[in-house]
Amino acid sequence: MAQRPMPLDRAPATHQLAPIRSQTEPTAELLHELVAHLRQHRTQLREEWAQNITEARLLTAMTKDEIFAEATSVYDNYVEALATGTFEALQTYSRNLSERIIPRGVETNEVVGIVLLLRDVLARSLFAKYRADFAKLDRILDAYEPAANRIANTVAVGFVQERERVIRQQQEAIRELSTPVLQVRERLLILPIIGAIDPQRARQLTEQLLWGIRTNRAKVVVIDITGVAAIDVSVANHLVQTVEASRLLGATVIVTGLSPEIAQTLVNIGVDLGKMNTVGDLQGGIEQAERLLGYKVVPLVEAN
Amino acid sequence: MEVPILKQGEILIATVQAALTDSDLLQLRRALVEKVAQARARGIIIDVTAMDVMDSFASRTMREMAHMIRLRGAETVIVGIQPDVAFAMVQLGLSMGGHDGCRPGRRSGVLTPKFTG
Amino acid sequence: MILVGNAVVERNLAAGVESEIHVPIASDQDVVVARHKGRALATELGFSGRDTTLLATAISELARNIVSYAGRGEIVLRTTHNSDRPGVMVVARDKGPGIASIEQALREGYSTSGSLGLGLPGVRRLVDEFEIVSEFGEGTTVTVRKWKG
Repeated sequence: MAQRPMPLDRAPATHQLAPIRSQTEPTAELLHELVAHLRQHRTQLREEWAQNITEARLLTAMTKDEIFAEATSVYDNYVEALATGTFEALQTYSRNLSERIIPRGVETNEVVGIVLLLRDVLARSLFAKYRADFAKLDRILDAYEPAANRIANTVAVGFVQERERVIRQQQEAIRELSTPVLQVRERLLILPIIGAIDPQRARQLTEQLLWGIRTNRAKVVVIDITGVAAIDVSVANHLVQTVEASRLLGATVIVTGLSPEIAQTLVNIGVDLGKMNTVGDLQGGIEQAERLLGYKVVPLVEAN
Repeated sequence: MEVPILKQGEILIATVQAALTDSDLLQLRRALVEKVAQARARGIIIDVTAMDVMDSFASRTMREMAHMIRLRGAETVIVGIQPDVAFAMVQLGLSMGGHDGCRPGRRSGVLTPKFTG
Repeated sequence: MILVGNAVVERNLAAGVESEIHVPIASDQDVVVARHKGRALATELGFSGRDTTLLATAISELARNIVSYAGRGEIVLRTTHNSDRPGVMVVARDKGPGIASIEQALREGYSTSGSLGLGLPGVRRLVDEFEIVSEFGEGTTVTVRKWKG
């Protein structure tokens, strides 16, 4: 079945294909006929499909009832898309579906799997119906297959897009959580960094620190990197730049908890150690910071 | 755009109020270096909160200004560098500190850096 | 002719261009105008405050180079795209004396005008892409791009 050629000036984006409606009239009629068939045998075909899903051990995170309920909706949306040749409703539905099932841990292969199963169930039922008239079966399948493939595509793409959106959202949340700038005393901030630092996180970290210095009018900042095993050269350079930028805002930076590997990296890239104020551990760093700020911590007994 | 300079006791305060051209910066430098002795000032505060860019020329001019003022017997403190501006300065490879005595020093137990928020 | 930096993507220069702002550069006042326009364009594209400032600082350096070395020239600002990411392209062009040795000009700490000698290498660190074409006696064109982070 040849697709109508696209006018060059209106070349569609990759996810938009020419509408099925534009196909020749006989195809529309055939689709109409097969939609009628699918509607007529809805109960039986839907049942068969749900059965296949369970047998193929797909959607194991969901109960039988849930699978049946979703199967009903997918079936109806599927037939609707075949009938109208428009995919917006199906797109919306597959996004909603994905939104519901992604938190349940449903995988991409399961979603693609169930849609392909439905395609096969319906195809077999068409076989059964038209087996006597092979030429007609051929034409019916010509009409059915491209539409069915597009449906499978739409659902799969919808699922993947939704999952990517969720991942992006989670990454954003993690990034925000991962660099807390804490005020421990008047004008003293602590920035504990835990885990791997990539360039993007390094940027975020610097940004939060610089604004934290400004907001809290900090004079001393202790950056504790005990929880960072290693950093690459670009992140090491970034750390040095952060220290310098902080100084321009009037804050002295003390870096604590450098691992042997990080110390090695800093020396290898030739960091001017005169610019880096480093103390062995976080406690030592805070003590040094307090000295710089003119605090003296003494036991109560001594103070009295 | 002339930068207003206020006298507050022994301190001169210059508040930059808009983006400065190179000639504005040179004019500010001339004015401060001149006034520091006239006003018998011990300290100069330059508020750069309103500067949205501190490029190599601006940084160099500020640094030289601090030098000259030092020679005329007063200290310079630059206040209000925006975080984004500080980051851009560092990326550009500028640091106002180093050999010109901008190190944070201690005075009565309190850190007194050359730059403050 | 000497080319340094990322290969010029001529296709990009022609395609994906949406608007273009020309700022003639002849005095230090124009330097301020150029960076203001760059800032406005970046803000319009949704750049973060920090990327906007990095771009404005780069434009300031490029525009000042024109004033200091060539006397006059122009800065052209354009929006551009890298797949889905919007970006700003800055072309700094002059018909000045040109740069005898680009390699030397891009080396840290090099300067002929008594500035800090951070000019071009510094600008390179502020942006994502940097290209320079200069012919001795013919002028210099520096093209930089910064993408929305």
